[in-house]
Amino acid sequence: MKDKTVNLKGGLGQLTIPIIAVALLVIFNLIRDPGFFSISITHNNYGNAVLAGNLISIINGASELAILAIGMTLVTAATKGQDISVGAAAAIAGSVFVKVLKSGAEISGGTVILAFICSCCVAMIFGAFNGTLVAVFNIQPMIATLILYTCGRSIAYWINGGATPTVTSPIINAIGSFAPGIPIPMPVIIVIIVTILFKLLFHFTSLELLTQSVGINQSAARLNGINTTFIKLLSFILLGVCVSVAGIIGVSRLGLINHETLLLDVEMDAILAVAIGGNSLGGGKFKISGSIIGAYVIQMLTITLYAMKVSSTDVKAYKAIVIVLLVVIGSPVVKERFAKLMKQRKKLAKGGEAA
Amino acid sequence: MNDKMNKKKEPLTDTQLLMTITICIFIVMYVLAMLLLKGGFLHAQQIFDLLNDNASLIIVSCGLTVVMIGGGIDISVGAVTSLVVMSCILYLNKGGNVIFAALLALLIGLAFGLVHGLLISYLEIQPFIVTLAGMFFARGMTTILSVNPQKVDHAGFEALRNTKIEIPWLGYVAKNGNLVPARMELGVVIAFICVIVIFLILMFHRLGRNFYAMGGNQQSALMLGINVKRTRFLSYIISGILSGISGFVLMMHTGAGNATNAAGMEMNAIASSIIGGTLLTGGVGNVAGTFFGTMTLTTIKKIVVSSGLKDPWWQSITTGGMLCFFILLQSIVLGRRQKKKQA
Repeated sequence: MKDKTVNLKGGLGQLTIPIIAVALLVIFNLIRDPGFFSISITHNNYGNAVLAGNLISIINGASELAILAIGMTLVTAATKGQDISVGAAAAIAGSVFVKVLKSGAEISGGTVILAFICSCCVAMIFGAFNGTLVAVFNIQPMIATLILYTCGRSIAYWINGGATPTVTSPIINAIGSFAPGIPIPMPVIIVIIVTILFKLLFHFTSLELLTQSVGINQSAARLNGINTTFIKLLSFILLGVCVSVAGIIGVSRLGLINHETLLLDVEMDAILAVAIGGNSLGGGKFKISGSIIGAYVIQMLTITLYAMKVSSTDVKAYKAIVIVLLVVIGSPVVKERFAKLMKQRKKLAKGGEAA
Repeated sequence: MNDKMNKKKEPLTDTQLLMTITICIFIVMYVLAMLLLKGGFLHAQQIFDLLNDNASLIIVSCGLTVVMIGGGIDISVGAVTSLVVMSCILYLNKGGNVIFAALLALLIGLAFGLVHGLLISYLEIQPFIVTLAGMFFARGMTTILSVNPQKVDHAGFEALRNTKIEIPWLGYVAKNGNLVPARMELGVVIAFICVIVIFLILMFHRLGRNFYAMGGNQQSALMLGINVKRTRFLSYIISGILSGISGFVLMMHTGAGNATNAAGMEMNAIASSIIGGTLLTGGVGNVAGTFFGTMTLTTIKKIVVSSGLKDPWWQSITTGGMLCFFILLQSIVLGRRQKKKQA
């Protein structure tokens, strides 16, 4: 919160665009339907008191995207490229999660933790594979991750043995929707935990600084004694952790793993979230908070369109128009023109006063 | 910094080397398939089948190669192709003219190219985001036009669709003693024309050389007096128009359209360009290589299917493995060359 106020006062901070986008969407929705953001308390099938409403569904629905956006920001900043395999990797992580859960006789808290660790390890291994291609072999990230993008969902299919297994357990249900006694959706709490963990990581290590320096100028970073290969690899491994968490949330929501549709096209949305958050896709400086807001902007846009009775298949077209508008407003050329125009106006106004 | 300088010194040799590797691997792979799998691979029709099925992919990959040589990326090509198919079918079914349908295809492609080019080169927005938005828009428009699958119902178009070029001397004698000539669709001819035209532009026209210069090093291209903004603008226009043509060719091949038409085509096109030796960093690449890249990619899929790996996941997994092999090979070959030069 502190960052936001500072940047708003400062004017053209990195977070200007995402915050303007959020504000515009909120105003638009309030004009359209004053009760759009009202929150009510309902009781779900298990008799728990839970919060419901459009705002909750926006925050809840964007959970996977927000978590992926965190990891994607790191990769973008360190490698000047994007990982397009996150959706496929999440399908693999979800499949491993379900596979381990299914291998035991009954699902207890212990097996869930074991399954989480297994899926996390697998996702980190795939992250390391991408990272090795990028960091050691100097392949552009988009091309290196194209490999996993092509075959990831098929690997998930192969792990499942050609089926879409379901898991039914109160624990899985709790992860996917609401835990008993807590009115806030569990995915939202997971997002908060992951965000805090990353904040702590940045607070106690110099990872943020190192990542930025690798992204801004790799040769200079190397000459300064930074192990650039390791930093790049680490960013991909951290993305792997995010991918597995997002995959598990996705699986828990539905209670089944469908390798074809789990987090479909999420890679595009995650990259978009990073860009809307004001981060350069060319690497360098980054703000995790921007990307997270970006993720919520995308989800808010989608929910708004749904509320306007746009069918789910047509949403993409309208989304595209809003995205183009946002990036045009945020583009350097338009910003420059706008600044010039404002200056001229000020001059004119001053001239008028003098006369 | 050293890599960039080396690439700039001899961009052509890198291009040729990568292309040669691809062509060699394609030939080796095909000969192995002929020797080991026999069956359909012994007939010339197999190659024509591959061409018939993938004419639109070849065209799209050409456009993408041009953009990638210029140092950009266009991931909207598959979606634009699908939009073109859908709108042309709807137009034809309302009793439209075939020639106007072709013009409509070109216009849609041109419109997307124009908008992408304007936003990317004149407003300096990242190409990935712009073409991603273009992809979303085209996919969304496709479903807005029609959610249900559509089939062409137009006599003139059916006649055009069924026109096939028969090459008797490449045919084979079937079991009942009849000669089955090799059949090639009109779309393949269009694809070949596109490949040759783009090849000539890239090799001999000033515009083509400007693409290489711009992709190799934008700053020095600017210093050489090249209008970088206009060049980049034109590269997206070429890609847009080729997506339009590819949509028309795909419609001639399938004769039907649905919302998931050409799904994943953008990634297949990127993969073909990469296998063909184009680098995403720009400045290196060749359309002839892209053509062989597409053929390699599709031949692998064909080989997997005909070699008895029936499970549905093998096709993608082997494609991924092959892609990994090519990418690593290119990286190692280029890395070695640079080391040699430095020594």
